[in-house]
Amino acid sequence: MNTKPVLSAEKNIEFRDVSFHINDILSRLVLSGITLEIPQGETLVLLGRSGSGKTTLLKLINGMLLPTKGEILVQGASTRDWDPIRLRRGIGYVIQDAGLFPHFTVAENVALVPSLEKWDRCRTAVRVGELLTLVGLDPSEFADRHPRQLSGGQRQRVGVARALAADPPILLMDEPFGALDPVTRAELQREFAALARRLGKTIVFVTHDLREAMLLASRIVLLEKGRIVASASPQEFLGLDHPEVHAFAASLDMTPGAPA
Amino acid sequence: MNAQSGAWTFFAEHRDEIFTATLDHLTLVVIAMMIAILIGVPLGMFIVQRPALRAIALGVASIFQTIPSLALFGFLIPIPFIGGIGKRTAIVALVLYALLPILRNTYVGLTGIDPAVLEAAEAMGMTRAQILFRVRLPLALAVILAGIRTATIITIGVATIAAAIGAGGLGTFIFRGVALVSDALILAGAIPAALLALLADFLLGLVERKLRVS
Repeated sequence: MNTKPVLSAEKNIEFRDVSFHINDILSRLVLSGITLEIPQGETLVLLGRSGSGKTTLLKLINGMLLPTKGEILVQGASTRDWDPIRLRRGIGYVIQDAGLFPHFTVAENVALVPSLEKWDRCRTAVRVGELLTLVGLDPSEFADRHPRQLSGGQRQRVGVARALAADPPILLMDEPFGALDPVTRAELQREFAALARRLGKTIVFVTHDLREAMLLASRIVLLEKGRIVASASPQEFLGLDHPEVHAFAASLDMTPGAPA
Repeated sequence: MNAQSGAWTFFAEHRDEIFTATLDHLTLVVIAMMIAILIGVPLGMFIVQRPALRAIALGVASIFQTIPSLALFGFLIPIPFIGGIGKRTAIVALVLYALLPILRNTYVGLTGIDPAVLEAAEAMGMTRAQILFRVRLPLALAVILAGIRTATIITIGVATIAAAIGAGGLGTFIFRGVALVSDALILAGAIPAALLALLADFLLGLVERKLRVS
C-alpha cells in the first residue's frame, strides 16, 4: 500500500538537542531536548495538541525562529549559518489559511519564488501551468483569478503549487488542510498523499489530526508539551504504550459510549 | 434686499476675485498636502518596525491636531525661517495638521495586513524590503489613501483660517465678512471652500474604491 520512495541515507534536516523558549517574563519553554533526524524523501508528520510546540519546531527549520539552545542542520549547515533568504527560497511553506497574496492573481502567487529568483518570463509561465495542473486546477480557468474568487480548497491547492514552484527539496506544511470542510479536506488529503509519494521531497507536516497523520506519514513524531514522546511508523504508532498515544488513539474512536 | 439675493449679486459682481481666491486656496492645500504626504507616508513606513519611535511620532502628530488652528498659526508667526506672516507659515501649519491622519493611516494600513499573508511572504524568502514594497504597501494603499482623503478635507477647511496670517485664499472673504457683518462676503468664502472639500472627497473616494483589494 504505502510505496515510499527510496530514502537516501543523507540526513536532510537534523535537530541536535534543540530547545526554544520565548523570551518574555515567564521565559516559557516551548521546546526542549529535541533530537531528530529527517532523511531525504521522508514525510514526517508532527502530531500533537495545540500548544505542544509543533509549529515552533517547523519554524526552526526555515530559520523563521532560531533555537535558544542546540542547533538545526539543514542540508549539512546550521540554520544560524544559512543566509535566511537563501534557506527559505529552498524550502516550500504551506500554512492553514494559505496566506495567498490577495492583490496577486493565482498565476502571480504561484510564480512568487520564481520571480524572486528572476526566472525568465517564459520559463515561469510554463512552470506555473505545470504546477496548477499538478494540483488539479485548470490553468486556463484559474491562472488569472484572484484568491477571493476561489473556494477554500482551491486556495489551498494554489498554496501547495506556490510552495512547489521553485522545486524546493524540502516542504514544510502547517495544518494546511485544517480550515477546510471535512469532504474537501479528505479529498485534498488523498490527492496530496499521492502527490507526496510522486515528488519524493522531504516533507514535514504539522497536524493534530491522527487520521491525517496515518494517511500521509512515513513516520509520525508525537509532541507533548515541547518534548518528543513517541516516534514510529504509522503501522506501529497505535501499538505504542504512552498515555498521549492512547489519548490520540481515543480521538479516532467516534462511536458514542465506546471504551476509550 | 434679503441675504440670499444679496449674496448672489455679490457673487456675480466678484466672480473673478472669488475665482482667484479659490485658486490661491487650492494652491495652499495642494502644496501642504504634497509635503505632508512626502513626510507622513515614509515616516509611517519607518515606524512600523520601531515601536519606540512610533509612540513619539504618533504622539507628536496628535498634539499638533489638538492645538486650535488659529492658535497654531499664531504660535508659528514668531518662529524664524518657518514662521512670519504669509503663505509659508500657513503651509507649515497645514502640514502639521495633515500629518496625523496620513501618518496614522499609513501605519495602520501597513500593520493591519492578514498575518498569514505576511508569514507566507517571510517564509517564501522575501526580504524585508520586498515584503514592504510588494506586499505591505500595495495592500495598505487604500487605507493610506483614506488618510490622505481625510487630511485633504481637514486642510481645505483649516486653510480658510490661514487668511488670518495673511496667506490669502478663501478665508480672506470670511474674515472680511465677519468684520463687516456681511453674510454675502462670508458665503463668498464658505461656499467655494465647501464645494472644494466635497469635490476632493468625491474624487479621492473614487480612487480609493479602485485601490481597495477584496
